[in-house]
Amino acid sequence: MINFISKRLIQSLIVMLVVALISFFLFNFVGDPVSNMVGQETTIKDMNALRERLGLNDPFLVQFGRFLGDALHGDFGISYRLQRPVEELIAERMPATLELVFVSAVFAVVLGISGGLFTGLKRNHWFSKFILTSSLVGVSLPTFIIGILLIYIFAVKLNWLPSFGRGDVVKLAGGWSTGLLTLSGWKAIILPAITLALYQMTLILRIIRSEMLEVMRTDFIKFARARGLKSRDINYGHALKNTLIPVITVTGLQVGSLIAFSIITETVFQWPGMGSLFIQAVQFADVPVMSAYLVLVAFFFVLINLIVDLLYFVVDPRLRAEIKG
Amino acid sequence: MAILEISNLCIEFPTRRGVLSAVEHLSLSIEAGEILGIVGESGAGKSLTGNAIVGLLEPPGHVTGGVILLNGQDITHLSDAEMRKVRGAQIGVIFQDPLTSLDPLYTIGQQLVQTIQTHMDLSRADAKRRAIDLLVEVGIPAPERRFDAYPHEFSGGMRQRVVIALALCCDPCLIIADEPTTALDVSVQAQIIALLKRLAREKGVATMLVTHDMGVIAEAADRVAVIYSGRLAEIGEVRSVIDTPKHPYTKGLMDSIPQIGQNLELLPNIPGAMPRLDSRPDGCAFNPRCEKAKAVCREKMSGLFTAGEKKQMAACWVYAGGDEYA
Repeated sequence: MINFISKRLIQSLIVMLVVALISFFLFNFVGDPVSNMVGQETTIKDMNALRERLGLNDPFLVQFGRFLGDALHGDFGISYRLQRPVEELIAERMPATLELVFVSAVFAVVLGISGGLFTGLKRNHWFSKFILTSSLVGVSLPTFIIGILLIYIFAVKLNWLPSFGRGDVVKLAGGWSTGLLTLSGWKAIILPAITLALYQMTLILRIIRSEMLEVMRTDFIKFARARGLKSRDINYGHALKNTLIPVITVTGLQVGSLIAFSIITETVFQWPGMGSLFIQAVQFADVPVMSAYLVLVAFFFVLINLIVDLLYFVVDPRLRAEIKG
Repeated sequence: MAILEISNLCIEFPTRRGVLSAVEHLSLSIEAGEILGIVGESGAGKSLTGNAIVGLLEPPGHVTGGVILLNGQDITHLSDAEMRKVRGAQIGVIFQDPLTSLDPLYTIGQQLVQTIQTHMDLSRADAKRRAIDLLVEVGIPAPERRFDAYPHEFSGGMRQRVVIALALCCDPCLIIADEPTTALDVSVQAQIIALLKRLAREKGVATMLVTHDMGVIAEAADRVAVIYSGRLAEIGEVRSVIDTPKHPYTKGLMDSIPQIGQNLELLPNIPGAMPRLDSRPDGCAFNPRCEKAKAVCREKMSGLFTAGEKKQMAACWVYAGGDEYA
């Protein structure tokens, strides 16, 4: 077990190193950082001096090592555009994104699993057919259209929910700002959370459904029925649990994409999160922000994958045995 | 009184191309402590009969006629909820493949306790004690230790013992064993057969042993019913059916089993194949393959006639002189 975890940790480290390397290259490929920093009338001599002072003439490995060391300390440099430390900007924006992702993940998982169970168990019910047909909409419509539609209906026409922003936020200890403690914060998060969750929800729903259909045909479900077990125990205890491995895999990956792809939703709803920070950074070629964002998203992905791997062991005793043996 | 009494059971599958009748007017009964073997080719309707008894026919299949009595109680058309209480409690079912019959994510102890507690009002501790007794009964060594093991930690034969323990959870009066030994190797087969026989003798469990393996039947069953194309072809004491088969199909079946020490160039076989359900001929379903087929065989289905001694009966016009069984 420990052996397995350390192996996975080493793999995760390698992934992070590669990502760090790529985001380090960003500095060199997206224009010359020095010419980005100085004015037009700076002499070549001054530029060279600056280059020397910033350590840009050092060998590649030394520079990369310095980048890594700084990144480990949470230091990603100064944003070109806002002239403030990147880690500060990200710390400000991260709570908004993580809250949005959290709410939509809960939304997607709860509705996805219950919808998948229903459509899997009651295949021919009219409501199952309705869910499946409408879930096609979730898969096929692009996020921004859904967002705009929701804004049109609920914000413009019905005027029930705000169309942009986070509502009132409360500062918590440690600099975390939350919108989940105020009514206006909850109102503001509903539309973007639904927009962001819709695709993941449909995906989870469809996977649970097809896995349920498969599991319900297996011998051990037949045998469980033949033993007269209650259908509640069969459906949730035996069938659902056996569908969990693929569901955990996909859900884990999807939570990662929720973080990565919240960019579009945040833009549509002007949500003050990391995604909109990143979009602005791209527009201004704000390389430090971009590279920090890249590293951070990769870190979340790696972390989630690690959690997913560990969850497999919780669910499936056969895997535990493989590792022991 | 017989534990299980089936009379005139009919099972049909409505399909787009018409109704297929998979089992037709099947009648048989099993006494307490008796093992009745059901043999037939794949698709003859043996497993369907077993599933119909416990109300687990896969839709669209359903029982269209006949009566199934369990201890004199009519269980043919119980509601799902009522049938659920019969399954597992009064009727234990054993399936073919022990490797896939157990939920891989739960320990065998959890599965036993769950089944026991579903049907019996026992505390967790009592249910666990009962589960361990059951494991002892089916011959699992070191049951206390094995209680917390997962199915994948057992061999095939041991898993089939666990499956049998699960079927026995609530002292059923009837066990339906659907090909219980097919997936096992021969020496384990013998052990499982011995176990089933012991349960029948000691606990008086009536057992319906569905198989296509004549060897298993000869070894385990007291009586045997031969099914051909959804109809009972022959039924009787196992020795008399094997030694002196009466129905031409049973005869062909016995002839096609090679004897040890016999030197054969070609294995004898019955020409042709069992008809598909949608193209069953008029009269006796076996008539196209039967050497003794007469005009009447192609027109009318034969009733069940006494053929030979000890209540051996065959559904064949050849024995039309004997007493007809209603």
